[in-house]
Amino acid sequence: MSTLLDVQDLRVTFPTRIGLVEAVRGVSFSLGRERLGIVGESGSGKSQTGRAIMGLTPPQARISATKLTFDGIDLLAASPRERRALRGNRIAMILQDPKYSLDPVMSIGRQIVETLRTHEKVSKAQARERALAMLEAVQIRDPKRVFDLHPHEVSGGMGQRAMIAMMLIAGPEMMIADEPTSALDVTVQLEVLGILDRLVSQRGMGLIFISHDLRLVSSFCDRVLVMYAGKVVEQLKASELSQAQHPYTRGLLNCMPRIDADRHPLPVLDRKPEWAA
Amino acid sequence: MSAGAVQSRRDWLLSERPASRVQARLGRAYVAWRRFTANRLAFVGLLIILALVVVAALADVLAPYSPTIGDLKNARLMAPGAAHWFGTDDLGRDIYSRIVYGSRWTLYVVILVAIIAAPIGLLVGTVAGYAGGWTDAILMRITDIFLAFPKLVLALAFVAALGPGIENAVIAIAITSWPPYARIARAETLTVRNSDYIKAVQLMGASPFRIVLRHIMPLCISSLIIRVTLDMAGIILTAAGLGFLGLGAQPPLPEWGAMIASGRRFILDQWWVAGAPGAAILIVSLGFNLLGDGLRDALDPRSGDQ
Amino acid sequence: MTSAISVDRLEVIFDRFRALKGVSLDVEPGESFGLVGESGSGKSTLLRAIVGLAPVASGSIAVNGKTLGPRRDKAFYREVQMVFQDPYGSLHPRQTVDRLLQEPLAIHGFADSEKRIERALDEVGLGKGFRFRYAHQLSGGQRQRVAIARALILEPSILLLDEPTSALDASVQAEVLNLLEEVRRRRKLTFLMVSHDLAIITHMCGRLMVMQGGEAVENLAANDLVERRVTKDYTRNLLKASEGFVRTT
Repeated sequence: MSTLLDVQDLRVTFPTRIGLVEAVRGVSFSLGRERLGIVGESGSGKSQTGRAIMGLTPPQARISATKLTFDGIDLLAASPRERRALRGNRIAMILQDPKYSLDPVMSIGRQIVETLRTHEKVSKAQARERALAMLEAVQIRDPKRVFDLHPHEVSGGMGQRAMIAMMLIAGPEMMIADEPTSALDVTVQLEVLGILDRLVSQRGMGLIFISHDLRLVSSFCDRVLVMYAGKVVEQLKASELSQAQHPYTRGLLNCMPRIDADRHPLPVLDRKPEWAA
Repeated sequence: MSAGAVQSRRDWLLSERPASRVQARLGRAYVAWRRFTANRLAFVGLLIILALVVVAALADVLAPYSPTIGDLKNARLMAPGAAHWFGTDDLGRDIYSRIVYGSRWTLYVVILVAIIAAPIGLLVGTVAGYAGGWTDAILMRITDIFLAFPKLVLALAFVAALGPGIENAVIAIAITSWPPYARIARAETLTVRNSDYIKAVQLMGASPFRIVLRHIMPLCISSLIIRVTLDMAGIILTAAGLGFLGLGAQPPLPEWGAMIASGRRFILDQWWVAGAPGAAILIVSLGFNLLGDGLRDALDPRSGDQ
Repeated sequence: MTSAISVDRLEVIFDRFRALKGVSLDVEPGESFGLVGESGSGKSTLLRAIVGLAPVASGSIAVNGKTLGPRRDKAFYREVQMVFQDPYGSLHPRQTVDRLLQEPLAIHGFADSEKRIERALDEVGLGKGFRFRYAHQLSGGQRQRVAIARALILEPSILLLDEPTSALDASVQAEVLNLLEEVRRRRKLTFLMVSHDLAIITHMCGRLMVMQGGEAVENLAANDLVERRVTKDYTRNLLKASEGFVRTT
């Protein structure tokens, strides 16, 4: 398997009133053309890891890594212009709430067309054709109608699909999805995941799926990284989640209510200080 | 006090787990104070306003001459010098002394306007915003009527009706300056009215009166304080404007605006007669503006609590 | 026996939008009843209608046998309290925990507020150290505990829970769910709990109602879900979705 992304000892540090806070503390992993899940609770550094790879870390933060390469390109040494060219063209990102990521005053279709035309030289008519085809690919039933709608006129699930369409139109090789379905209802969530899954396997993309939902991630991804306090505490195959070794992973799995298990009270997570060490 | 004691006092104030009501409140005030002092210019503004207060309080000590009785025979329209720092006016009065005493009238105007206009605006705005419907419509249309007039013209009309004098000028300015406060308070109320924490208080069985007074007003006060502080400069200028037109303070009261008015006849030859009170107005207005900006950084609820 | 909550053909209309279309419901005293559905199903609207935060167009609501009028009186709020979904939005940003808990006691004229506040904090497992903190000095789970303490301090017999853990991390969710079960047992409370998560509802409730688009889909016992005895396709889809992603190819 060819390596698409290589991350070695990634650190993200924020200056705060009480001194420097390390949000990500030495994360290492590599990504091929596969679905990699990063799971953790709030404050575990999972989102900051994704943002650092995308180059979307707030300017006051400091990023360091012994290695951070995408397809052989050193991301830390790349100029802002090169990073911008990579973003959207070869690397895409989907965020939790499409409302914040789509331009509210531009129709969905135009946004997709603009995205395509900034990355490729195509005629307007061609771009429109491809945008419609893309909307169809993310299972929007009436692409011609949705093309002319504005983001506030569509539901959350539809907005997220439009977002995915926009991100995928330039044919990226890698996609980072940060809680892409957390704001959606369960049934819609699964439809959106189904679309993502199909596109990933058809186009041979690498996907980093960041989520707090261990069970969802393990049912969707090939491999899972479990993060706690800025570090990867465990790395395992999704199919082997039930054999997780680290007490944090096991605790996280255990403390969720299940339909067919009658456990009162629920087991709670007993956080050990040495996990964060 | 040793460095260790300072450090421990700081820790006590910044404690994440205060042990009493007082500590919690002081800690909060301390964080706001640190944010305020981080802004150098705002601190300068605060110093200017403090200086104004000190000068007003100690006017009897600081002023070498009487503000109202001049030496007509020997000291008319003298240029600034050792005997008269800012010179003298056409009636031989020491301008420095008049400015020092005038600070009292400036403070008087500013404080009275603030304590009349701000509460009216706060009450009208929060009640209108929380009640909604007809109450809101009626209160806000009244506010709009006041807002539709230019401030100075409306104040002039009131003073003309009430008769000239500094008290009436204050009332006129207060009546014309509450509408913007009502607008701010209403806007602020509308943003919090539907929040869960106000709903939670409703579900405690609290009366609308209690909700407005104890839960909504405290949230509006900081933006109101900021706005009032920033308006102070305008209030001083309006008071000075009324004084200038002869409708505010009456002679021989040493009010800065009236002083400029009486000095304008000599502005080309004896510039200091109008220039000195003008500079005083400029400095104090600037002080209030800087202070208001600093307060906005320190108190603004939108800047977060952390 | 009179029902703790009895809702009969309730309609709620917001500006011509029918959020609830004739929903009926009976909750026995001491029972824990769940409402499940996706966004727009009307489950939260039903809770809000009971406490008087949603405009009732027709139908009736009775609490402990007493039919409610358009206005709720103080006595009602001593019987029924509610915990909101978002712990970040339900605590006043400028008040300490102490002030937050004092408020209901002051409104209802309790004399021994000092003792009650300490007891309430103990009951939700926070202790004295949290009493004078502001909301921003608390974590999400701690905030939700404060919200629960505030709801319990008036000693209501019915607690309405609107997705009380959906904004919390899984490990914190377990702690809050355990706390809720414990106070229910100790105080013999009636729960009416809203969630989008079938697993949480089966864990917490004995009976439940599945809702969709402002209507009741079906009424089930928690056991029916465990044994997959559901009759409606909608519920079956929800059940299937709750098991996670299934690759189709």
